[in-house]
Amino acid sequence: MKPAVIVFPASNCDRDAAVAIEKICGVKPLMVWHGDSTLPDVDLIVIPGGFSFGDYLRCGAMAARSPVMREVVARANNGTPVLGICNGFQVLTEAGLLPGALMMNAHLKFVCKDVALKVESNQSMFTSAYQTGEIVTYTVAHHEGNYFADDATLDQIEQNGQVAFRYLDNPNGARNDIAGIFNKERNVLGLMPHPERMIERDLGGDDGARMFESLVASL
Amino acid sequence: MSAITPEIVAEHGLNPDEYDRIVNAMGREPNITELGIFSVMWSEHCSYKSSRRHLRKLPTEAPWVICGPGENAGIIDIGDGQAAIFKMESHNHPSFIEPYQGAATGVGGILRDVFTMGARPVANLNALRFGSPDHPKTRHLLSGVVAGIGGYGNCVGVPTIGGECDFHPAYNGNILVNAMTVGIADTDKIFYSAAAGIGNPVIYVGSKTGRDGIHGATMASAEFGENSEEKRPTVQVGDPFTEKLLIEACLELMATDAIVAIQDMGAAGLTSSSVEMGSKGEVGIELDLDNVPQRETGMTPYEMMLSESQERMLMVLKPGREPEAMAIFRKWDLDFAVIGKVTDTRHLVLKHKGEIVADIPLGPLVDDAPNYDRPHEETEKQDVLGPDSFTAPESNADALRELLATPDLASKRWIWQQYDHMVMGDTIGRPGGDAGVVRVHGTQKALAITTDCTPRYCKADPVEGGRQAVAETWRNITATGAIPLAITNCLNFGNPEKPIIMGQFVGCIEGMAEACLALDYPVISGNVSLYNETNGQAILPTPAIGGVGILTNYEQRASIAFAAEGETIVLIGDTEGHLGQSLYARELCGREDGAPPPVNLSAERRNGDLVRGLILTGVATSCHDVSGGGLLVAIADMAMASRIGAVLDYDRGGVPSYAFLFGEDQGRYVITTNSPELVLEQAAVDGVNASVIGVTGGATLKISEFDSISVAELTQVHEGWLPAYMAIP
Repeated sequence: MKPAVIVFPASNCDRDAAVAIEKICGVKPLMVWHGDSTLPDVDLIVIPGGFSFGDYLRCGAMAARSPVMREVVARANNGTPVLGICNGFQVLTEAGLLPGALMMNAHLKFVCKDVALKVESNQSMFTSAYQTGEIVTYTVAHHEGNYFADDATLDQIEQNGQVAFRYLDNPNGARNDIAGIFNKERNVLGLMPHPERMIERDLGGDDGARMFESLVASL
Repeated sequence: MSAITPEIVAEHGLNPDEYDRIVNAMGREPNITELGIFSVMWSEHCSYKSSRRHLRKLPTEAPWVICGPGENAGIIDIGDGQAAIFKMESHNHPSFIEPYQGAATGVGGILRDVFTMGARPVANLNALRFGSPDHPKTRHLLSGVVAGIGGYGNCVGVPTIGGECDFHPAYNGNILVNAMTVGIADTDKIFYSAAAGIGNPVIYVGSKTGRDGIHGATMASAEFGENSEEKRPTVQVGDPFTEKLLIEACLELMATDAIVAIQDMGAAGLTSSSVEMGSKGEVGIELDLDNVPQRETGMTPYEMMLSESQERMLMVLKPGREPEAMAIFRKWDLDFAVIGKVTDTRHLVLKHKGEIVADIPLGPLVDDAPNYDRPHEETEKQDVLGPDSFTAPESNADALRELLATPDLASKRWIWQQYDHMVMGDTIGRPGGDAGVVRVHGTQKALAITTDCTPRYCKADPVEGGRQAVAETWRNITATGAIPLAITNCLNFGNPEKPIIMGQFVGCIEGMAEACLALDYPVISGNVSLYNETNGQAILPTPAIGGVGILTNYEQRASIAFAAEGETIVLIGDTEGHLGQSLYARELCGREDGAPPPVNLSAERRNGDLVRGLILTGVATSCHDVSGGGLLVAIADMAMASRIGAVLDYDRGGVPSYAFLFGEDQGRYVITTNSPELVLEQAAVDGVNASVIGVTGGATLKISEFDSISVAELTQVHEGWLPAYMAIP
């Protein structure tokens, strides 16, 4: 397994992602600076959480145009798995790798808490260690996690089985309670909740660890 | 350069005597830039002129203290070549004017104090005080302050793991926003501010300098020959994005050995940073202001020196190291400019457009600062009120239900859910407990951190209140199983020129000093905020304390949640049913009189050491200290945190039940255990009063045979108040 974590200015969960990968997957990821225009040969790309470019302009909008993203998009289109967590999810929608957009939370406030999620499908390299329909607990920490897509897009996402995780108790107003989605090919996953924050009991739970175990199993 | 008139002197907040001292120090009349520099350096905020002589009474030493007060932040040794660096600071006045930016820049400033010393910030906390919930401004201020703290801390990626939030009408015109940051550094990679090395370059990094926050912005502009910039808000605007870059860039450069000294630009920006660095190093500093990165055109030396633009640092580099340092700051898209050099003159010399615009001897600027012994008057002692002075409630369950929904005791989840308290992946004790707990990354160690103060005690008896504030944080840390190591403080008081207020200050210091000494718990940093008054109405004396303790193995720790059903509940400490100054008295009897509960410091230490030992050996399975609201509130907290009820059965030894349950006697803890005999035995050996008061289990808190309430109902009222209050437009 050769994972990479992309680091943007003001990414702030880059270390958390790297720690989780190293702990669960047993391999230290490459940390790749956003300004690099090349990407080493890797088999997993993680876009971490944070406030890339201070969330200025629009969350993820500037990061999506960083030099390294051209290569990330190309790799994703060639089948390399790409995982975007929180701000990473926002970046992936801005980069066009995932449909829809993340709007400001319906209650207009930042929210940090544990949330229960339903695993909609274990038919992916990100979720194979879960049961379909299983309820897991991750942590959310965001101000703009309110997933939006127009009706037609939403229908397609649902019909294609692209919904990866759904909130049981929607914390942000996301349409159809969507917490995370795949692309059509299921090699790209974006989600607002943080699996990397739930990798051991001391942190409040270890449900997130199985996402990384899933990746180990399939890579 | 216009002449300095008495009006200009007064507008700089200097009295005629202070101006004479300046002329004396300079050996001539200062020009306006020099006057501005003196005025900020001799301001209460920078010079501690009313408080200095009293702050000296605080104990600041212990074998584990690496650096006490005087630097940007204090430093303690936490073993294995690692240090914890921390400080708390106030941002009260700006937060009242503009709550979001005031609070945000408060967080930004305290973060810089910590990472400027080489530490990676690992935790933020805060201590907030607002006016009465009924006051028309309170909702707006609370929502703005919380959003500002979150907006800044969340973006920089430092978890906000704890704090406190109280309400009292005395804060209607002066809210308190105190922010604390804790960082971790290697003991051999700590950076100080003393400049050294004659000829070494002085470097400016971070954001550009603008006209924001200029002291004296209220001055008539004509006297400076400037236009109408004085209308600009005096509150600075924070940019957490730049701060995050600044943290990473500074830590990257600090990993090399290029830095000689570094200092953040806090209050009075370029002035205080250059003066501090020069005077601490006993050298001179020469700055060429033309090279200062500027956001606006036509800035005068006065404006540049007094600007409080945020996210800026000043440092001295080893000669020839500029290129590698510049490369790092360029990578992070930050300004980097050589703006001066270290000299042997011991003067601060400023050049602008080829002319020397200020030349100040640093010795007198720092050493001759006023140091006042202001008259102080002791607060009159209040009577100790026995339980009989207060009415008994209809039922203790009803009283509990009511208390848990009062503003000071109600859950603050609405607040801390707006703070990212999990980022960095080491938060193992989340907000809502006695202390926040963060692991020292990659080790078995963890820090337990808390902020606390009980201003109503301080008002009634400053000495007792000072003792209690320190002891309460010590207790909070102990209740997690951690060893309390040191404190920082934020001393918020009214106008020190009033003897009664100065007396409160002196009294609180006396009490704090006693507690720090008795508990081996020194003060290693702090901040004083005076003049918290509006229309002659002072705030309650509020010496907010930030305490830090260590768990050497975080597996051995306790939380406030009951661990399981069927465990024995034990009360540690003496209960006399002290209701004077209690929340029961204030909230249910409408009374704010009487002496506060006394703190017995030797019992405090005995009780705490026993409890800590019981946690570390696994005998105590959960623990909570007893504080505001008393015993029953503490038990309810533990029940709500675990959703496990309890059946109480206790011997109140002649104390009326409401006084036993709601009295705020100090130095007490509630623990649960599976080995009650062992606890009682150990307590007897240690000379500590311990008694079994019940058993955990069920879904109800059964206070007596006829008096009970479900945990779900308690949770509902406890969690309900703040969201409901904030939902009202």
